[in-house]
Amino acid sequence: MSTHSSTVHNSLGEQIYQSTGQSVACCYQCGKCSAGCPLASETDYPPNQILRLLQFGDSTLDEKALRSLTIWQCLTCQTCSARCPQEVDLPKIMDFLRQESWRQGRAHPKARNIIAFHRSFLGSIRMTGRMFELGMIMDYKRRSLNFLQDLLLAPKLLFRGKLHFLPHRIDGAKQVRRLFDATARKRGRTE
Amino acid sequence: MKVGYFPGCSLVGSAREFNESLQAVSRLIKLDLVEIPDWNCCGASSGHAADHLLSLALPARILALAEKTGLRDLLVPCSACYNRLITTVYELQANPRLKSEVRELIELDLKLDVRVRNVLEVLKEAMEADGSSRIAKPFAHRVACYYGCLLVRPPKVVQFDRPEDPTSMDELMQAIGAEPLDWAFKVECCGAGMTLARTELVAKLCARILDDAVARGAETLITACPMCHANLDMRRGDIEKAAGRTFTIPVMYVTQAIGLALGLGPKELGLHRHMVDCGPLLAAATQSSTVNLQS
Repeated sequence: MSTHSSTVHNSLGEQIYQSTGQSVACCYQCGKCSAGCPLASETDYPPNQILRLLQFGDSTLDEKALRSLTIWQCLTCQTCSARCPQEVDLPKIMDFLRQESWRQGRAHPKARNIIAFHRSFLGSIRMTGRMFELGMIMDYKRRSLNFLQDLLLAPKLLFRGKLHFLPHRIDGAKQVRRLFDATARKRGRTE
Repeated sequence: MKVGYFPGCSLVGSAREFNESLQAVSRLIKLDLVEIPDWNCCGASSGHAADHLLSLALPARILALAEKTGLRDLLVPCSACYNRLITTVYELQANPRLKSEVRELIELDLKLDVRVRNVLEVLKEAMEADGSSRIAKPFAHRVACYYGCLLVRPPKVVQFDRPEDPTSMDELMQAIGAEPLDWAFKVECCGAGMTLARTELVAKLCARILDDAVARGAETLITACPMCHANLDMRRGDIEKAAGRTFTIPVMYVTQAIGLALGLGPKELGLHRHMVDCGPLLAAATQSSTVNLQS
């Protein structure tokens, strides 16, 4: 398991360790994660630099990580963790940073549409127990105001029988909704 | 061979041809798929970004329902669902406290004794077990097997194939008469769930994948993931815009290629549902087999 040292009390690195068991101190900055990251060149900080920001335990640098675009653009493709010589589970750290950034309202402005997508996706499941693609896309358009996006694609999909008009509500839909609400309450409690 | 079956939301929606072709092939190779009753969405792309507990509880409900069927194996054809389910088993087995918290949330008993299996391993096993399935029409094409991320990573969780250069799909393709190519993008990411929110990034990543496949002489890409398929096929217009060139190479599900080789028709396999036409590829196949017959 990870050796945990040199993280500052109450820093983001410490919170990550408490909640995921991942120690940012394990990283010795070889840069292999960034070499393999498909989006390293498209983000504000390549993945190794996100870890570097967290290694100091400094609140200004922690803030930079929380407000970065990287954490939102991460595709969770797991290439970094599969190749890390120190077995740092970077996608898990990215998940934690996303959740915190979202919860604290510190998400990068360019992440707006990505968050809108997540809201639409999860909202769809909460409603019927399954993800209803057409409903999810309409809700996403409403949230992101991208009304024109994929307008030409839609009829082609319909023609090929790939879009359904009605959602399927599962018998356990209420159970799924309770599950959503319970996790939301728990999230609130730990704040 | 009898397995529990969790199709997932994509397979009953925009990736319905994956479901159709899997069902059609299963009938031929005597693979009995028992759909999990009242399954829910696994939360895939979004659950883990929003809430850790939620991202485990949604798949856990599916696992609990699968356990009730009494079947040991659970086939999860969608790579994203497969990854979420197998990760949930892995995390909850390692953490009993978390497991009991999740059990309370889903209001169901949870033993975690089903084996989450992907479509490649189950197809291989079923085809080997069923000695009677014959290759009626060899799928004689040069193919680029595209595994994507979630079938092989994280290696210690999925424990399937080789994470950097997997071969299981290549072997399946070889078994039906295809020629799998050596290429560089087998396990590169297509952009997955960013398809709506960051379409231009997805297009860029997919352009690289198609570019290499075409440069190596592939006639078609073979995939086992509905998200990879959607991005490479449905997003073709965006990809071409990003690349500044056209790509005519089709993208087929592994089950469609196998189905054709077993003698099933393109319609039964849902090939008409693709955005990128598979017609020229199929026509070439008919032509070459006619040539073979004459010579």
